[in-house]
Amino acid sequence: MKPLRMIIVAVGGQGNLLASKVLGEAALIEGVEVRMSEIHGMAQRGGVVESSIIFGDASSSIISDGEADILLGFEPAETLRAIGRCSANTKVITNTATLPPFTVGIGKGTYPEVDEIKRVLKEKTAGLVAIDAMALARKAGSPMSVNIVLLGALIQTGALGFSKENVKEAIKRRIKPALVEMNLNAFDLGFEAAAAGTV
Amino acid sequence: MHKLLKDSPGEKIMLLGNEAIARGAVEAGVAFATTYPGTPSSEVSLNLFQMSRESDLYFEYSTNEKVSLEVAAAAANSGLRTFCMMKHVGLNVAADPLMTLAYIGVTAGMVILTADDPAMFSSQNEQDNRYYAKFGHFPMFEPSSVAEAKDMIKEAFELSETLKQPVILRTTTRINHSNAFVTFGDIKERKTNGRFERDPMRCVTVPAVARELHVKLLERMDKAAEMSESSEFNFVTGQGVWGVVANGVSYHYALDAVKDLGIESKVKILRPGFSNPMPKNKIKDFLAGCEKVLVIEEGEPFMEEAVKAFAQEAGLVIPIQGKTDALFTPLGEFHPAMVRENIATFFGIDYTPAPKIDTSDVPEIANRPPNLCSGCSHRATFYAIKKAAQGMDVIHPSDIGCYTLGFMPPLSIGDFVICMGGSVSTSCGFSKATDQKVVSVVGDSTFFHSGITGLVNAVFNRHNFTLVILENGITAMTGHQPHPGVDMELMGMSGYGRVDIENLVKALGVEHVSVIKPFKVKNSIETLKEAMAFDGVSVVISKEPCILWAKSIKLKKPRAFEVTDKCKDHKDCINGIACPSFYIEEGRVKIDADTCVGCALCAQICPENAIRPLKK
Repeated sequence: MKPLRMIIVAVGGQGNLLASKVLGEAALIEGVEVRMSEIHGMAQRGGVVESSIIFGDASSSIISDGEADILLGFEPAETLRAIGRCSANTKVITNTATLPPFTVGIGKGTYPEVDEIKRVLKEKTAGLVAIDAMALARKAGSPMSVNIVLLGALIQTGALGFSKENVKEAIKRRIKPALVEMNLNAFDLGFEAAAAGTV
Repeated sequence: MHKLLKDSPGEKIMLLGNEAIARGAVEAGVAFATTYPGTPSSEVSLNLFQMSRESDLYFEYSTNEKVSLEVAAAAANSGLRTFCMMKHVGLNVAADPLMTLAYIGVTAGMVILTADDPAMFSSQNEQDNRYYAKFGHFPMFEPSSVAEAKDMIKEAFELSETLKQPVILRTTTRINHSNAFVTFGDIKERKTNGRFERDPMRCVTVPAVARELHVKLLERMDKAAEMSESSEFNFVTGQGVWGVVANGVSYHYALDAVKDLGIESKVKILRPGFSNPMPKNKIKDFLAGCEKVLVIEEGEPFMEEAVKAFAQEAGLVIPIQGKTDALFTPLGEFHPAMVRENIATFFGIDYTPAPKIDTSDVPEIANRPPNLCSGCSHRATFYAIKKAAQGMDVIHPSDIGCYTLGFMPPLSIGDFVICMGGSVSTSCGFSKATDQKVVSVVGDSTFFHSGITGLVNAVFNRHNFTLVILENGITAMTGHQPHPGVDMELMGMSGYGRVDIENLVKALGVEHVSVIKPFKVKNSIETLKEAMAFDGVSVVISKEPCILWAKSIKLKKPRAFEVTDKCKDHKDCINGIACPSFYIEEGRVKIDADTCVGCALCAQICPENAIRPLKK
């Protein structure tokens, strides 16, 4: 498979690393080579967590600025902050539910309007899917399933070329049995929302 | 059963680089493992710690890296396969035993992991530890991928046992924290019961002995140099008259770049994986067929200098470059596009990078720096220190841990940070060199690591400062590892001793010792004031468990607070402690009930008493 480069950005605690592992497992099922790199030094202290995932025939495990084919953002401002990782050909999938940094709370910075974030992302890239993954995660049964809702949206776009069934199988393999049902539901909700969420 | 203990050769499994290294050590039959935790190495030891609880593998979290290496040196000289792991700066702490252990050597395989951190994702410097291998005379392996890291550590144990010399495995963060599929191999049987055979002419390094040992060490390294020539980890890929020498992750960036630029027929790449001693003859042969050579390595020009020296010996005058203003930098980490562009520049290939997105009109986004957690006890201690020192000209030496984050406003506790334990000794210096008040902070794990000697120094030399020891009962920063002050019963583990910090500090001769509970704000401020008024060395122990740790072992159950109507919008809470659970909604301060744990710090500083437990 031709190399496909994907960046996931999230705030510490949003389950970015688990989402990466599910996609890695899905790649194994699809028979696609995969390498992933993550930066999580201070993640538990509220910082940004970034994963790079490279599918297909490449050797590197990180992605240079401007070279991501897909950007999956778990928080809208973080998605926008990562726009330098994109080119005009990048497909972007983002959560619209905000988690403003504490710096905003203490008046040390501003948080852009979500509509403005969406406008900029759409204008500068090859397409945007924006969904309220938090609302869907709550609907599925837990705010912790935001990550899997967004995987559902990602798979619906077809950007990755992985089948829905294979990703669901990966969820079953990688997520604790007691939480599988809820996460499969979260996946479906994200998948359905993405069809309507393209802006 | 721990997933890395499974005896299932051939199984393909996705592993973190650090898990692959731990598995490789198990497959190599490692019996004895020691560490002091440090990112990016921490998950190697965490996995070995977990495995030691369900196998006969011995593992310990040692007090610091020097202790860890000395413990390991004894095991490896008692015939046990031994693994000692640490982050790059940890090897500085262990450098004293390291340099002479090289002379003594080992009787069973011993591998020392140094996990370097180019770009400093979680470190105070980005030193290149390959020089330790050269400096101390150790064979060194450097993997380029997760799977290779597992293969290399196995080979490193074999090599060490053959040469009777410890071997260094040097990784970078992008190996430690990458995930890839790895295939399990056979697990070699562990030999866990050692015996030390007395051999003073090898093991007692008095000058007369050490002089002989130095000769033998150089002989061992000559043998290592021969083995490096034929090592399968030193290989050449491709063919052509343009040469690339690339190590570690840079090798993969170079492979991708050569493909992307369509110059596969012109370029050959030499990848040194057994990189000390460098394979001199293999490199000379490689150079002989090249018109020009580019050396690609993160960090310092370690390989570049060697390659240039070999070229000189071989009488070659071809251009060899690496670290120049126009090409590679010693700063930070490399990435694929950087390597692609520099290869194109050096070999004169037409290459136009893809157009970048114009980000000039992207709206400004507030930064998201890491912060002390909601309910972190350090926040309360720092607030109390700040209040107690109000109006004073004060210096706050700090140390390495979560609490280093206290240097940021509004707490601003942290004026000088260099290394583990440095807070205490620099306090000694500041208190003598200036007339300023000195109030320093150190974590409990860091205090055990290397703060104690500084405090002994302060007592002996009659220094004048207040040291606040942040006793949160765990090594928090690296993911909740034990240290000598931890109650191991809380981890469900028995068979451990425990060192009480208060008793220890008193025994060291500190005359003014007090203990605070930092969430009792008023009392804490008063106690700190008294300690700071003492003429001499005073110690305040701030005792409160790390909230993440307390939650994970169910020691604490969060109970959220809320801002009631009594709030008159002073914003003392936000401006004074900047807890991440605060947010502003329509100009009013609110508390996020999902993240507030109910530490009640803000409730105690609110002048209106407006912050109360959330009514259910």
